[in-house]
Amino acid sequence: MTALTMPAPPEHDAGLRPVPWRRMAWVTWRQHRAAIGGATAFLGAFTVYLWLTGLQMHHAEAANCHPAGSLGCAINFTGRYGETAIIVSIALQAVPALIGAFTGAPVLARELETGTFRFAWTQGIGRLRWTAGKLAPLAVAVTAAAGAFTVLFAWYNQPWAAAGYVTPFSARVFDLLGVAFAAWTLAAFAIGVLAGTLIRRVVPAIAATLAIYAGLAFATGLWLREHYITPLVTHSTNLPGSAWAISGWYTKGGTFAFGDHGNGIASTARQLCGGPCSASSGSLEQILARHGYTHWISYQPASRFWPLQWIEGGWLLALSVLLIAASIWLVRRRAT
Amino acid sequence: MSTNVIETAGLGKRYGSTWALRECSLAIPAGHVTALVGPNGAGKTTLLNLAVGLAEPSAGSVTVLDSRPAGSPAALDGIAFVAQDMPVYKNLSAGDMLHLTRNLNRRFDRGYAEARLGELGIPLNRKAGKLSGGQQAQLALTLALARRPKLLVLDEPVAMLDPVARHDFMATVLAAMADDGVSVVLSSHVLAELERVADYLILLSRGRVQLAGEVDDLLASHRMLTGPAAEADRYADRPVVHVRRAQAQAHLLVRATADDPVPPGWEAHPVGLEELTLAYLREPGASALPGPARSRNTQPSEVTR
Repeated sequence: MTALTMPAPPEHDAGLRPVPWRRMAWVTWRQHRAAIGGATAFLGAFTVYLWLTGLQMHHAEAANCHPAGSLGCAINFTGRYGETAIIVSIALQAVPALIGAFTGAPVLARELETGTFRFAWTQGIGRLRWTAGKLAPLAVAVTAAAGAFTVLFAWYNQPWAAAGYVTPFSARVFDLLGVAFAAWTLAAFAIGVLAGTLIRRVVPAIAATLAIYAGLAFATGLWLREHYITPLVTHSTNLPGSAWAISGWYTKGGTFAFGDHGNGIASTARQLCGGPCSASSGSLEQILARHGYTHWISYQPASRFWPLQWIEGGWLLALSVLLIAASIWLVRRRAT
Repeated sequence: MSTNVIETAGLGKRYGSTWALRECSLAIPAGHVTALVGPNGAGKTTLLNLAVGLAEPSAGSVTVLDSRPAGSPAALDGIAFVAQDMPVYKNLSAGDMLHLTRNLNRRFDRGYAEARLGELGIPLNRKAGKLSGGQQAQLALTLALARRPKLLVLDEPVAMLDPVARHDFMATVLAAMADDGVSVVLSSHVLAELERVADYLILLSRGRVQLAGEVDDLLASHRMLTGPAAEADRYADRPVVHVRRAQAQAHLLVRATADDPVPPGWEAHPVGLEELTLAYLREPGASALPGPARSRNTQPSEVTR
């Protein structure tokens, strides 16, 4: 409007100005150094622990597990460290959620809860560039930290993978490996940011973030992940040892008979054996095979580990971008 | 060129089904300390939030500093706002708050801010949350003034302060006004304070503008008539704002100048700002919106009813 009648003086430019990233990085660091420091200390403690136990495990595996099935390996490696490794991998499942919730949820929620947004959003930088300038460095920092941590976990997990005790598809390690861990951390951060913007209070926003994250992670591990790529199907005898078996069923004469566990298979077995099957008749699979039943398995081959990782990382990245965009949109619209 | 620091046209803000502010048309000229007065819930904070871009209008429009849309980057560059509860980051030191504000603005006079905090005896390494209420208010004000704004907006700046801190705070505002020519708009329900500082008055009541104009004009256009109570009703046809009866005598606040004739048996006195404001606050139905509107494209003075 003004531009039609007179040339706009420099400070009148209403157009887009770039985000002053360096200045915002300082602001972000100074305001959130407690959260950033806490997350760093938390990851640091895990790092030291994984490093120390990892070294012991690596030595035990190298000394005892060649060949892998030996008694020494069972006693000195799997027997001694197996439980620890399982507990560690389960505990690590919570790490992205905690980092995301405790760094993501307070960023906007604390400003809204304490009223300091009235200070921040009336500074010359404007609320949109303020929001972008805070969220971007934090998102990059937590994602990078999680990515670095993944490298350590992959090293920690290596003896178990080498000894064949855990496949990379296992629900308790898949999301700690590859790009998934970093992507889940970013997603938790984004969930936290949006929850904080909507709820406007820090503690409830953190609780909501943890709950939503847990729901999403369980749903993904239990139902979603196996369907990223249509599983392959093969006879049970041909299933590669490294593959991720998803489900199995029997057919007879080319038509579906029953799933490979549950009531259908149990009652058929009783019929065929004329009562409880005795050990002398062979395994259940052999008995069924003798009567013309074929056992099929759907599975993901080991070669699909990285494609599945990229798919999981990809949709989590897209989700995170969407959630952060939604938060920025809310900040733009939010009135007091 | 005459400019307006805040201009509104038919401005309204609705929260749910309640109008916090409606049909507000104002032109606040530059170069004044403007007091925004009204009872609690009158819409003072709403109007200020709209002007600084924290809230979006439900109706009408608001521009600041010569037609810049409220809340736009160009507008925010020229406005410094201190909200009601003086929000500062309590876990940051005064020095960090200073550096933070510098990083959030294109213009920031660091030397002024440091010198000012030094004068006030606020150590730069003290956490903002550990400062007294008066010091927090001074810190918030110093950060706002160091941005060298053209317009300083203060929402209830002295409500939480003790009398000494209140005096010091207003002295800082007036010094900035004198040194930099910054225009000031402040809301308050502490009337005594306003008399000393304000030279432009806006009175809000129930979400509507009741009175707006330069203090001198308003005082010159109102008189207090004192006379026999029995005759008070005779003046009902005159522009009487407020009638106060005290036994045999009645005090009438009327819209009249010093040149207007005084009825026999009555005495006319000039009115003070507090007296005038109180009279209007007690009569929410009365309104006076004298011009001249200093706007180039709006005529707010015609909203009188």
